Amino acid sequence: MFDKGIIAKLKQKGLTGRGGAGFPTWQKWEAVKNIQADKRYIVCNASEGEPFILKDKYILENYPEEVIYGLKIALKAIPKSEAIIYLNEFYYQQFKNKLEKLIAASPITLFSKPGGYLKGEETTLLNIIEGEKAEPRVKPPYPTEKGLWGKPTLINNVETFYWISKIAKNEYQGHRFYSIEGEVKNRGVFELPETYTIKQILEQTGNYPNFSFFLQVGGGASGAIMTPNELDQPIKGAGAILVFNKQNTDPLQLMAGWAEFFIRENCDQCTPCREGVYRLKEALAKGEIKKEAIDEVLLALEKTSFCPLGKSISTPFKTALQKLF
Amino acid sequence: MKKINITIDGKKIIADEGQTILEVAAENGIQIPSLCYHPDLSVKANCRICIVSVKGLTSPQTACSTKVQKGMEITTESPEIAKLRKINLELIFSQHKEECADCVWNFNCQLLELSKKYKLQITRFSDRKSGFPIYNFGPALQFDSSKCIDCRNCVEVCHKQQVGHLQIVSKNNLQEIIPNDKNPCIFCGQCIIHCPAGAFEGVGEFEEIETPLADKNKVVVFQFAPAIRTTIGEEFNLPPGEDLTGQIVAGLKQLGANYVFDVSCGADFTTLEEATESLERIRKNENLPLFSSCCPAWVRFIEVYYPQLIPHLTTARSPHVILGSILKSYWATKYQIDPVNLVVVSIMPCVAKKYEITRDELRIHPTESIAANAPTLFGEADRIPPVDYVLTTRELAKLFKKHKIDLTKIDPTPADDPFGNYSGAGVIYGASGGVMESALRTAFSLVSGGQKIQIEFQEVRGQKGLKTAQVDLNGKKIKVAVANGLENAVKIIQGLNKEYKDYACIEVMACPGGCIGGGGQPLPTNASVRKARAEGLYKIDEKKELKMAHENPALKKVHEEFLTTEEIKQKICHTYYSAKNN
Ligand code: SF4
Ligand code: SF4
Ligand code: SF4
Ligand code: SF4
Ligand code: FES
Repeated sequence: MFDKGIIAKLKQKGLTGRGGAGFPTWQKWEAVKNIQADKRYIVCNASEGEPFILKDKYILENYPEEVIYGLKIALKAIPKSEAIIYLNEFYYQQFKNKLEKLIAASPITLFSKPGGYLKGEETTLLNIIEGEKAEPRVKPPYPTEKGLWGKPTLINNVETFYWISKIAKNEYQGHRFYSIEGEVKNRGVFELPETYTIKQILEQTGNYPNFSFFLQVGGGASGAIMTPNELDQPIKGAGAILVFNKQNTDPLQLMAGWAEFFIRENCDQCTPCREGVYRLKEALAKGEIKKEAIDEVLLALEKTSFCPLGKSISTPFKTALQKLF
Repeated sequence: MKKINITIDGKKIIADEGQTILEVAAENGIQIPSLCYHPDLSVKANCRICIVSVKGLTSPQTACSTKVQKGMEITTESPEIAKLRKINLELIFSQHKEECADCVWNFNCQLLELSKKYKLQITRFSDRKSGFPIYNFGPALQFDSSKCIDCRNCVEVCHKQQVGHLQIVSKNNLQEIIPNDKNPCIFCGQCIIHCPAGAFEGVGEFEEIETPLADKNKVVVFQFAPAIRTTIGEEFNLPPGEDLTGQIVAGLKQLGANYVFDVSCGADFTTLEEATESLERIRKNENLPLFSSCCPAWVRFIEVYYPQLIPHLTTARSPHVILGSILKSYWATKYQIDPVNLVVVSIMPCVAKKYEITRDELRIHPTESIAANAPTLFGEADRIPPVDYVLTTRELAKLFKKHKIDLTKIDPTPADDPFGNYSGAGVIYGASGGVMESALRTAFSLVSGGQKIQIEFQEVRGQKGLKTAQVDLNGKKIKVAVANGLENAVKIIQGLNKEYKDYACIEVMACPGGCIGGGGQPLPTNASVRKARAEGLYKIDEKKELKMAHENPALKKVHEEFLTTEEIKQKICHTYYSAKNN
């Protein structure tokens, strides 16, 4: 079952990371496997800190055995390795017993610490496990070269391990999970083909609104705003759809909420994100969207931020300013 | 090292694999603006000013953290890069209170230069940090947190110094650098040297000196440290390492100094005491290894963090304090100057020295001026400090500039007799290893009974953080170690029961490279600057005929006329230490 060709299979199926970054999974595996090392780590990220995404929770609740199986495959494929599952504090409480039973004697440990959104970023996760400040590290070195405790480290999301299990069992059909939240009838997590357009996903799940609406696609904070005429395309980033009723949503307030969220969750390390988000928040609180300054701050965030979080901040604001005013 | 071909701004360059874009560019004369990068420290890549474009990549890359790769095509200036740098700089200025006229960078500041280059609207955003507190770190430094641009260099360097007085906290969801009083500051001033925003400065205003200078009743004596003669030129656009000994004297005279002496002479006094003490301890095998004590930041580090090691410190006073003590006793008596009207000003590479002169342990009794058998005319409370003011190299440069004294134009003058005489050993005190070398020269000479002895101790020279040597002292093998930067000192401390167990003498300087890298020195300070400054000092020693501290005629004379009993020597040349918790 644990065939040697798992990496080839991942490559053939074109599986990409499901945490949002969309990096080819097989490349990471190969990098960690091939580098010289006396010890390697595998980290399963179940920190799920973005608002309105509950996909990892759904998978841990319904398919924990698949996740553990995926991890065991990784342990086999990557020599001299041990694994850690990083759970946010709530998931840890909820799934600890179940997971421990499934892990049994395998070299997999559970790890949890309170904290938020930034843990989606790989090197932040490593810093937290090592007891360091919860913030991204300078890259390079990449975790695949020097990760946890300086050892090559493979970091994949819960969903990725789920699909690895499916691929190993030849049960993978190019599906992914979608988290649908907001003003919809059937909130929840759904497994559907990754080729589905946003419209199809909403229709298939009985969630296509019959009122004037807009969406935030890809995450409840960092996702892009989309309007009904843009829905004939599949989701590129994180599989999350948040539905807003256009009539009773104040876009300024929505944006102010994001700014609050990011100023709380960012690590303050780099100039554009620390100072830029502060200036966004300041402008939005005053209801001023002095266009030029805001545009410039968003540009600096997108182009010069230290980590993916900062880079992603411009997406919701930019799309909201374009489409909601 | 593998060589690779890259291009920067169209220029073909052969680079070493493993270098960063910033390093390669600098080596090839291409300036990429940078703020948070300091070659002494880890790459933090947080200011996001050094961004450049790399062909094939959509987002700009930070030059300080991106390593060159084969075939890389890099563009360092373009309209897009300029625009992004401008925005980030404006954001940085929005958290930096400008006080350029009163800044350690003396208008030699990256921020200011960049604000001109990119035509910033520096008031585009309101000052986020106006009203942020100014913290005093004892009688040594001041931290104006409203100037901070959050690069974290000071936090890193303070940690490297094994102190951790500076810390990052989160207030209202924003990071803030604040002092942590649980880990008292040792006043090394390395935060000053590593802050791109000039948020730290020594305490006091350099203009204070003008008051005693203008007072007819005061006799003002300036004495200047070994380490400033090859650094102060940098403030006048000379390269580091240029010897300006005579120019400094001339400049001080122009300012109105009544006398100018050389702390290198004080160093000779310190050396003799320290060498004698170490020979004594080696003979008795007592409190070994002996620790040097001329760096007040190191002394304070021991008193606060390792008080159990206090007995290891030599009790010899530091060079400017020993000379100040002799000035206010022996010399004042000789010249019939009331010590109370004698104002001693030390020009130092250092902010810890500002603290040092406030140490109660160093005060002397004016009656000591009339030697040991004088009647006691004064009470304990009348004890006076051996040194009244400490100005840093930077502050002296400001003072000179204010008085239109240009060190590049002035004719050199020799320092005054008798304490303008110094040995080459006294001059190298300013570089890491210098104290040890000076002490070895004297110790060897004292035990050799007149034979020709080794003068140069190459093993203890140089910019390495931790240096060791084994020397043969009249048939006895003696191990010595030299540390600069407290991370290296702590390595020795931790090895005292292991690899450093049988060491006899340890020299420690808190600053990287020793005092030539001190917290009062011109900016920028980095490894190559420190190297050039130290080489300048060794060149002076090379040329100097008088090589040994104890052969300094001024010292000999004071020993014959004044330091004749153990009691008076203890009072004038030695001090004591005690555990401190703040
Ligand atoms: S982009 Fe934001 S979260 Fe990322 S390193 Fe910079 S401040 Fe921290
Ligand atoms: S002077 Fe030295 S010990 Fe004090 S805060 Fe600065 S770096 Fe830290
Ligand atoms: S005080 Fe200076 S060195 Fe420290 S973080 Fe602020 S700007 Fe950087
Ligand atoms: S090494 Fe020199 S400059 Fe630095 S703190 Fe010590 S005495 Fe001062
Ligand atoms: S110098 Fe490179 S990011 Fe600051």
